[in-house]
Amino acid sequence: MSKAVGLEKAKVVIREDECKGCNLCIEACPEDVLFEQKYLNRMGYHPAGYVGEGCSGCGYCFYQCPEPGAITVYKKGYVGEEVA
Amino acid sequence: MAEKVLTKAASFYDVYERKSGAQDVTHYCPGCGHGVLHKLIAEAIDDFGIRDQTIFISPVGCSVFAYYYFRVGNIQVAHGRAPAVATGIKRTHPESIVISYQGDGDLAAIGGNNILQAANRGEKITVFFINNAIYGMTGGQMAPTTLIGQRTTTTPRGRTAANEGFPLKMCELISTLESPIYVERVALTDPKNTSKVRRAVRKALRNQIENKGFSFVEVLSACPSGWKMTSVQAKQWMVDNLLPQFPLGVFKDVSKELEPSERSKVVFSTENMNELLNIPSEENIRTDVPKPLTKFQNPRIILAGFGGQGILMLGLGLAQAGMQAGYHVSWIPSYGPEMRGGTANCHVILSEERIGSPTVSKPTVLVAMNLPSLEKFESQVEPGGLIIYDSSLINQSPKRKDVKVLGIPATEMADNLGNTRIANMIVLGAYIAITGIMPKDVVVDALPIFIKHKKLIPLNVQAIEKGMAFVDKNNGHA
Repeated sequence: MSKAVGLEKAKVVIREDECKGCNLCIEACPEDVLFEQKYLNRMGYHPAGYVGEGCSGCGYCFYQCPEPGAITVYKKGYVGEEVA
Repeated sequence: MAEKVLTKAASFYDVYERKSGAQDVTHYCPGCGHGVLHKLIAEAIDDFGIRDQTIFISPVGCSVFAYYYFRVGNIQVAHGRAPAVATGIKRTHPESIVISYQGDGDLAAIGGNNILQAANRGEKITVFFINNAIYGMTGGQMAPTTLIGQRTTTTPRGRTAANEGFPLKMCELISTLESPIYVERVALTDPKNTSKVRRAVRKALRNQIENKGFSFVEVLSACPSGWKMTSVQAKQWMVDNLLPQFPLGVFKDVSKELEPSERSKVVFSTENMNELLNIPSEENIRTDVPKPLTKFQNPRIILAGFGGQGILMLGLGLAQAGMQAGYHVSWIPSYGPEMRGGTANCHVILSEERIGSPTVSKPTVLVAMNLPSLEKFESQVEPGGLIIYDSSLINQSPKRKDVKVLGIPATEMADNLGNTRIANMIVLGAYIAITGIMPKDVVVDALPIFIKHKKLIPLNVQAIEKGMAFVDKNNGHA
């Protein structure tokens, strides 16, 4: 039985197809690690993207985002499966 | 925020079955505050473990479809009526957690009185009032909360106080009432203010979990589409315009002074309901009452006279006794805005079958206790029917020749018994005697159910006997 190891770094995962491109997460991010993608998603919005580094796990983007499932934030030390 | 992961709350459905197509996103516009408030509520429902107790009331407005999102008990109600429906649900299900979720048009305009009355009664519910100063769903019309100078499709040159009045401030209004225990205004602007919204949502729900009282949270929220700006601009517009007019803060909070108590449960058993409604239990219902002659079976009765003659009471007595005798019964009063002493009438049906409608348009029996009643209803009586009238007050006989007629000087007889108001029971006696619809003892047994003053019961019995004796003596003919 392998011992569960927590995430070493916080991270944010964006479900691009649920993003409506309002940019509120990008505005709110204190680390400035979110950006607007150049391409369009299935609904015709430019979804938000994560640069892949630098997320502090503060959750500002999660609580600014109006979509229930578009953003998931994993904090440092999270143990378990990816939920989204 | 101790959780190590922030993700879609379990209190949201996995799939929103509103439309085919994208069933994983809400119907809200980009940047809309509804979604954020939904998330905060769903998260609190998860965290407090109240999903199976929560009843969420969706209003009319953009959030009309909230029931597609929240995995709780849901009901969607008429415009502005969420607090009234919440009242009904909460009172019949006091153990549940009832959330009334309303926008500014719904709560402050069409439902303005509903919310004030519910707040004033101190209903133990939680109200989330999302205020974006505009009618979003219908395309950006002026709302009660629209700011002075704000342009909307119905105030194209901007709202003016002279023409449309000032923005309604609901927290200020509601906090003047004595019953509410918690009133706060918060705003979905920056992360700091959003975390205050989160706290307010949780506090308002916690208050209900602890059975404390009426909690009201006004949430200022962006409507980028209605305001015709981007989501990011809308947030700034809130800070620059909305917040100065709608100051944030706690307007009232007495929740700390109140002790938590258990949310009770109401049991709607047949026994409880029967007791509440004075319905006799099965074993008290007679099964041995013989049927009357065919022409008197299943009567549809109109009883009419002056207010004060005990017309409605007579109808009630007849219905109550009929129920004891094993009939399906209905009683419905009909009166308009009348002066004291004006006319009153009621409809009574006794039936061997279930009753579809309690209103009587073609009576088989008319009891007329004054002349206007006889004149009004005589022509409506079914051929072969029965008219009983008080001949001490009506000095002309009915003109109908195709019905049975009994004139009885009920008021005079009642005077002789020492109480004019007992005339109604004399008529009741006459009615059962002439039709044989039920024996006297059934009526006498029913008296204590509808007569409050028990010492009057012997007099009532006497009156019924007088009425019966009158019929026997006159053989049913006046």
